[in-house]
Amino acid sequence: MKPEIYEKSIDLASQKILKKAEEEGIETAWDRYEKQLPQCSFGQLGVCCRNCNMGPCRIDPFGEGAQKGICGATADIIVARNLLRTIAAGAAAHSDHARDAVLTFKKMSEGEAGSYRIKDEAKLLSLASEYGIVSEGKSPKEVASRLADTLLQEFGKQDGHLLCTRRVPESRLKLWAELGIEPRGIDREIVECMHRTHIGVDNDAVHILLQGLRTGLSDGWGGSMIATDVQDILFGIPQPRRSTVNLGVLSKDKVNVIVHGHEPILSEMIVEAAEDPELLKLAEEMGAAGINVAGICCTGNETLMRHGTPIAGNFLQQELAVITGAIEAMVVDVQCVMPSLGELTGCYHTKFISTSPKADFPNTIRMEFHEGRAYETAKEIVRTAVENFPNRVLEKVTIPEEKQECMVGFSAEAILSALGGSPDPLIEAIKGGAVWGIGAVVGCNNVKVTHNYGHVNLVKELIKNNVLVVTTGCNAIACAEAGLLLPEASELAGDGLKAVCRALGIPPVLHMGSCVDISRILVLSSVLANYLGVDISDLPAAGAAPEWMSEKAVSIGTYVVSSGVFTVLGTIPAVLGSQAVTSLLTGGLNSVVGASFAVEPDPLKAAELMLEHIDAKRKALGLDSQR
Amino acid sequence: MIYMKDVMIRPERCLSCRSCEIACAVAHSESKNLFSAVGEKPAPKKRICLEYVPDLGVSLPITCRHCKDAPCVSVCPTKALHQDENASIVSYDQNRCVDCWNCSKVCSRFSTLYQLILVMGCWSSSMNYNRGLINRQAEAGIKCDLCEGRDMPACVEACPTHALIFTEANEV
Repeated sequence: MKPEIYEKSIDLASQKILKKAEEEGIETAWDRYEKQLPQCSFGQLGVCCRNCNMGPCRIDPFGEGAQKGICGATADIIVARNLLRTIAAGAAAHSDHARDAVLTFKKMSEGEAGSYRIKDEAKLLSLASEYGIVSEGKSPKEVASRLADTLLQEFGKQDGHLLCTRRVPESRLKLWAELGIEPRGIDREIVECMHRTHIGVDNDAVHILLQGLRTGLSDGWGGSMIATDVQDILFGIPQPRRSTVNLGVLSKDKVNVIVHGHEPILSEMIVEAAEDPELLKLAEEMGAAGINVAGICCTGNETLMRHGTPIAGNFLQQELAVITGAIEAMVVDVQCVMPSLGELTGCYHTKFISTSPKADFPNTIRMEFHEGRAYETAKEIVRTAVENFPNRVLEKVTIPEEKQECMVGFSAEAILSALGGSPDPLIEAIKGGAVWGIGAVVGCNNVKVTHNYGHVNLVKELIKNNVLVVTTGCNAIACAEAGLLLPEASELAGDGLKAVCRALGIPPVLHMGSCVDISRILVLSSVLANYLGVDISDLPAAGAAPEWMSEKAVSIGTYVVSSGVFTVLGTIPAVLGSQAVTSLLTGGLNSVVGASFAVEPDPLKAAELMLEHIDAKRKALGLDSQR
Repeated sequence: MIYMKDVMIRPERCLSCRSCEIACAVAHSESKNLFSAVGEKPAPKKRICLEYVPDLGVSLPITCRHCKDAPCVSVCPTKALHQDENASIVSYDQNRCVDCWNCSKVCSRFSTLYQLILVMGCWSSSMNYNRGLINRQAEAGIKCDLCEGRDMPACVEACPTHALIFTEANEV
């Protein structure tokens, strides 16, 4: 049975474009999902192994058929191995993004990437001092060069620990060391995952999962954190600012350029090129009123946070943006870019431009991005978009009117500064119960959940119960579209949180950035824990990923839990084929790292699980625990 | 003759993924939900089995409804197939079987496979695999009930290549 449009998305703009898609006979992810149903049960349970060519093997979850793979691997082993590979892929995606950011930073410092510069010298110097680099008597570029070398070593490191991990509370670091999960070199952990899951290597579910925790940590306190730090130096630490989101940000009379993917290295240049007088003049000649850059996914979040560049949508809105018929160029880099865009852009005048040396898609125009001539390439890309403006077919254009104002840019630094420079006011608010706890809500969209339904309802329920929410990624965009990223949204919050938001002039939901910027949440939680003299796992805080789907999300979940934060997943991970792995993840981990996962598709019930967890943590800290 | 809709096997399309088996077990579980059914005690039982047929060199999903007044039983010349009238369960005695294949010819569900076997020309005791399944089900007291209460049997819905279809025998 075909689902109704309101079952696909709760967002009005998206519903309008989904209707347009139906009328025009255009296929979207929701249609393809229908064609995939019912999905393979072995895959859903995680009991299919393709790691050697004796297989594929699968385990009968009901006990009548095969209970072992050909090598003898049980469901427990197969599920654990598959999970480890998923974590490795997620950590690889974040960390390889980080590597490119550091390489750009390095080239910049050596004068080989003229389009980039040091935007935030204070962060450069503070990072340099954290990494033990003497900056006195050196030029900023010299310091940057030394810092870049040190950061690059974090990837291939053979001895010692990742330097960012020194930001965690002592007690947690000690716990990791005791468990043997203190992350080593970033690349090393990922390579070791692939080695361990090769046939005949690591075949104990618990032993395999411990490597999963270590690999996740190498992402959160390694790759992702390095990406955030370096991007802040290059492009500035985000500060609170206002912007607009949703498909309605597309312009009916300007050239619309979408930047989609995950890296600001590209989008920063596009945003700059869109203001180039030469290109603005060309736009005018082409009959356009200007050039409008809008983001999708985390490339969008990066420019939103730093420039207030509007966002057209989150993951499931990428196809919808094209279907408006108003996009001159869909410019993509890496991660979460649907290959379907190739065929889809062919139905409209939209140019599909791929820019990463790592990522190509069907029917793209290749305009590879290299640091050396980044701005020139960005100009060529924008020019291509501008020249495409006259090809827009007006009869095919529908831009929904829905757009929503939002307040963004809450880096850890910005939050501390909003608090007056010290976490003290927030701690006091938590102690007094005005802020009941902190909820970190992140993650993707997933066609298995009505678009934005999980995100918006979970977050609303949390703020209603005075939980201050920090958000990144596609959740942040969903919250923005629902109007939750405005100080006025504190009307929806409980009385305590409402008063705090009013006093500080902040929204009850704080947009902290892209998905690598979950590292900002880690840093903030460390600051709070250290200030209180407790471990992160003692904080009245909980995490959630209501609509997660990517491998990156699995790595994120792993490092968040390994850092001590209870996390609720809204879609079911492919582990239920193993009782041992399932019970470890949802319970056993508590006695190992002081936090575990829960799975709860209903966002209101998920919020309740988070609240119960926060209640318990408040009680343990001797705070009022009766809501 | 009145034709009833039934599960038909189109053997050339089967990729041996066993999706039908799991869907069948879930449809016959307490919770009717994959993720909950995995932990149920007793474990839910499937009514369809992927059986390897050596002479064809392939595996096929095989399922038996243990029909009331089963035609396979009525045409069996040696009473190798017989039926417990109360439980309507068909069972099979290999010692009495003379491999005449009459049963396969009259089984609507099996007719497409029978045609394939004819084309392949492999007259052998391949059918034992079918009968083996029939016996296992007879012992367990379970049979394909075409998923009572559902519009479409779960196995048919689960098959990604449409090797199983739900239709009238004369339409195949």
